[in-house]
Amino acid sequence: MTATPLLQVRDLAVSFDLPEGEVKAVRGISFDIAKGETLGLVGESGSGKTVTALSILQLLPYPLARHPGGSILFHGQEIIGASEEVLRRIRGDRIAMIFQEPITSLNPVHTIEKQVNETLIVHKGLVPKAARKRTLELLRLVGLDDAEQRLGAFPHELSGGQRQRVMIAMALANDPDLLIADEPTTAVDVTIQAQILELLKELRAKLGMALLLITHDLRIVRKMADRMCVMKDGEIVESGPTEAVFGRPQHPYTRHLFAAEPKGRPASPEADAPVVMSTRDFKIWFPIKAGLLRRTVGHVRAVDGVTLTVREGQTVGVVGESGSGKTSLALGLLRLISSRGPIVLEGRDIQGWRSRQLRPLRREMQIVFQDPFGSLSPRLSVGEIVGEGLKVHRIGDAGEREALIVSALEEVGLDPETRHRYPHEFSGGQRQRIAIARAMVLKPRFVVLDEPTSALDMSVQAQIIDLLRALQARHKLAYLFISHDLKVVRALADEIIVIRAGRVVEHGPAEAIFENPKDPYTQALMAAAFELEAVETGAVSI
Amino acid sequence: MAEHRFLGFHITPITARRLMNFRANRRGFWSLWAFLALFFISLFAEFIANDKPILVYYDGGFYSPVIEAYAETEFGGEFETEADYSDPFVQDLIEAKGWIVWPLVPHSYDSPVLGLPTPSPSPPTARNWLGTDDQARDVVARLIYGFRISVLFGLTLTVLSSIIGVTAGAVQGYFGGWIDLIFQRFIEIWESIPLLYLVLILAAIIEPNFWWLLGLLLLFSWMTLVGVVRAEFLRARNFDYVRAARALGASDLVIMFRHVLPNAMVATLTFLPFILSGSIITLTALDFLGFGLPLGSPSLGELLKQGKVNLHAPWLGLTAFFVLAIMLSLLIFIGEAVRDAFDPRKAVTGGVPPEPAAELAEAGAPAEGEAAAGAEKGPGE
Repeated sequence: MTATPLLQVRDLAVSFDLPEGEVKAVRGISFDIAKGETLGLVGESGSGKTVTALSILQLLPYPLARHPGGSILFHGQEIIGASEEVLRRIRGDRIAMIFQEPITSLNPVHTIEKQVNETLIVHKGLVPKAARKRTLELLRLVGLDDAEQRLGAFPHELSGGQRQRVMIAMALANDPDLLIADEPTTAVDVTIQAQILELLKELRAKLGMALLLITHDLRIVRKMADRMCVMKDGEIVESGPTEAVFGRPQHPYTRHLFAAEPKGRPASPEADAPVVMSTRDFKIWFPIKAGLLRRTVGHVRAVDGVTLTVREGQTVGVVGESGSGKTSLALGLLRLISSRGPIVLEGRDIQGWRSRQLRPLRREMQIVFQDPFGSLSPRLSVGEIVGEGLKVHRIGDAGEREALIVSALEEVGLDPETRHRYPHEFSGGQRQRIAIARAMVLKPRFVVLDEPTSALDMSVQAQIIDLLRALQARHKLAYLFISHDLKVVRALADEIIVIRAGRVVEHGPAEAIFENPKDPYTQALMAAAFELEAVETGAVSI
Repeated sequence: MAEHRFLGFHITPITARRLMNFRANRRGFWSLWAFLALFFISLFAEFIANDKPILVYYDGGFYSPVIEAYAETEFGGEFETEADYSDPFVQDLIEAKGWIVWPLVPHSYDSPVLGLPTPSPSPPTARNWLGTDDQARDVVARLIYGFRISVLFGLTLTVLSSIIGVTAGAVQGYFGGWIDLIFQRFIEIWESIPLLYLVLILAAIIEPNFWWLLGLLLLFSWMTLVGVVRAEFLRARNFDYVRAARALGASDLVIMFRHVLPNAMVATLTFLPFILSGSIITLTALDFLGFGLPLGSPSLGELLKQGKVNLHAPWLGLTAFFVLAIMLSLLIFIGEAVRDAFDPRKAVTGGVPPEPAAELAEAGAPAEGEAAAGAEKGPGE
């Protein structure tokens, strides 16, 4: 490590002046990053991690945001208050940043080549031909296969992992001294996550740049970072070499974070419990239409021949990467998209029923979605959201409905008074509880949980898992639990279906699959999820 | 947190913030009040500008000629027909046994002013504040009635075309597929029908009146909102909360109205003031060309036409110009404030003062451009 660090942050504070008053997002934090070092910045959402990163690049919405104090020295040069010209020279050139959402960080109307070229032409003054050559080099460096063909591709033609690779290529275009990676793997699958992390590690070693890694995932920090800082409410509560912090966490909040892993094991249902939902050789094929007459020329087999049985009190976990057909399977079983194959709910095959006929049965099957911000209507109060199902099914009069709403909210651990408030006033975890209350108020028998925890912070995840498990035990619910996160699945599911490209690759009791995964694809998933290792077996696509 | 209320109704915090943003745009806020006041006053045009008295006291009894028609014989006259209160003979009869309360402007829009000192159109005098037109009718009276009919026409057209447009857009966006495809092609064909030709043909067959014109313009004005509403529905139908509602068993109608429509209303409300001003301009343009409201109706377009014909009487053209300019400016200012209110970025930052010049140019351009195109398209083609 050199004597003067690459980046020196001292007593950095960030405040936002909102109509409601001043919000102190960051309250005086200090840290250093040496040349070639990786610093992990850990904290839950809202702790000020991203604001810190953005203030290093001075990308906050000034003058709404301001720095009441502190300094940021990069190569000994003050960044706060520096002129636009100085900042432009630093941004994208000396300090580069990659964002969480590769889909929104790339401009959808430009080809990959154009977007990477742009950085090169702006900062390096390269002529288009030289830029193209360098772009190709960069895309190869970040391991984008068939780089040459991909040059003309648009962002939507690439997968999440490929997009993230392109983002990294853009960031690396000018050999930055510091790369800021803001949750670089949150939006991608576990297997891709392992590959991206591998890539970042490799590139750092090859190019000798420093890395500021922002994440809420402690395992990533442990694997990647030399030193780490734990942030809470805009302050750094603990910092030090990664191994030391993990070995002997000092601050209670750090210890709380470490203890937040989803724990516990599912309660096994009785073997002769009645079957709530079952299907055989279930298929969802989307037609591919082509030509002038839009004739069907083939099918996308989103779900292709899945057989499953969910019993009362049982949780069946459906595991697979994004695009494997997990969500299609769930929506098909709930008759929200069309499918083929029997759907037997409590002994009645509801496949092919008309929507009017089906409506009374909707009470018995419910769904909880992944994104608690998208699944609640922003213009309805919590009480209206939870009570909607009651209204649709004409259960009780206004007074009885109110009582049911109150008890449903209490059941999911929310203050019943919250029913008069609106979704935007709640945190992600609370919103997910509201979504669960909406499903539970109808007293369903079968509940689909579509990644209910993946948009939540670690410690909240554990709470939601505990809540779901408690509700299942109390009401003998049958769960179909969809997730790509095997840790969470392990805590909840007692039977697992591993699905890939719509087909079942492995199916069996959870314990057996976790102890001894047979299929190479399952093995790759496990390695990626539990050790963050990318397995080069060819079983996992990029 | 504090409950948000507006006019006694419980409103969501989002709505409260929007109201705040609307008020923060002072110009738009005051424009709304000014417009509402003018409109409210013009609703009572009969009591403000009329050639009949508001109240008559005659021989121990009260009469209200504005509301009820009385024969001249009731006031001791000779004719069985309704009394002509502007006739000095009738006035003398009444004042002999009582008194008369006249409206502020003692002329109606359709009655010629008698005993003008100069041939009509006569310049402004103390009796006729803005002079008279070429048929000796008082310009102030015609303005008040003309303003009322313009705004009422515009409002009716706006409300009806919004209802149809939102419904059509909602159906297209929500169901998608073939319905959407066929509807879109239909709209493309429909849009290409020249409105002015239709009006010309129609005017040759029947005499257009308020309702004919309204219906005809409605046939072509509902398409403004279809695009935005359709896009909003296309976007929202795959939202998780819409899926959740479907999983709860809610019907399509409930989902459309309760879950998706509120999203689309933002775009709709933002458009409304501009549609309103567009409707008013269209009516004025038709009146100006002589294909609008029937002869003798008070209308701003007709006043403009008179101004054009009687260039030696500048009070006609100037009056029509200023009234139209002020009315349309007020509407544009209101529209701007509404847009501010629904601007999600402003919602975060609160009362940030808008950049007036840029916004005005941006907001004014579509509405005015459209109307100008509407007025000029016909003759040009």
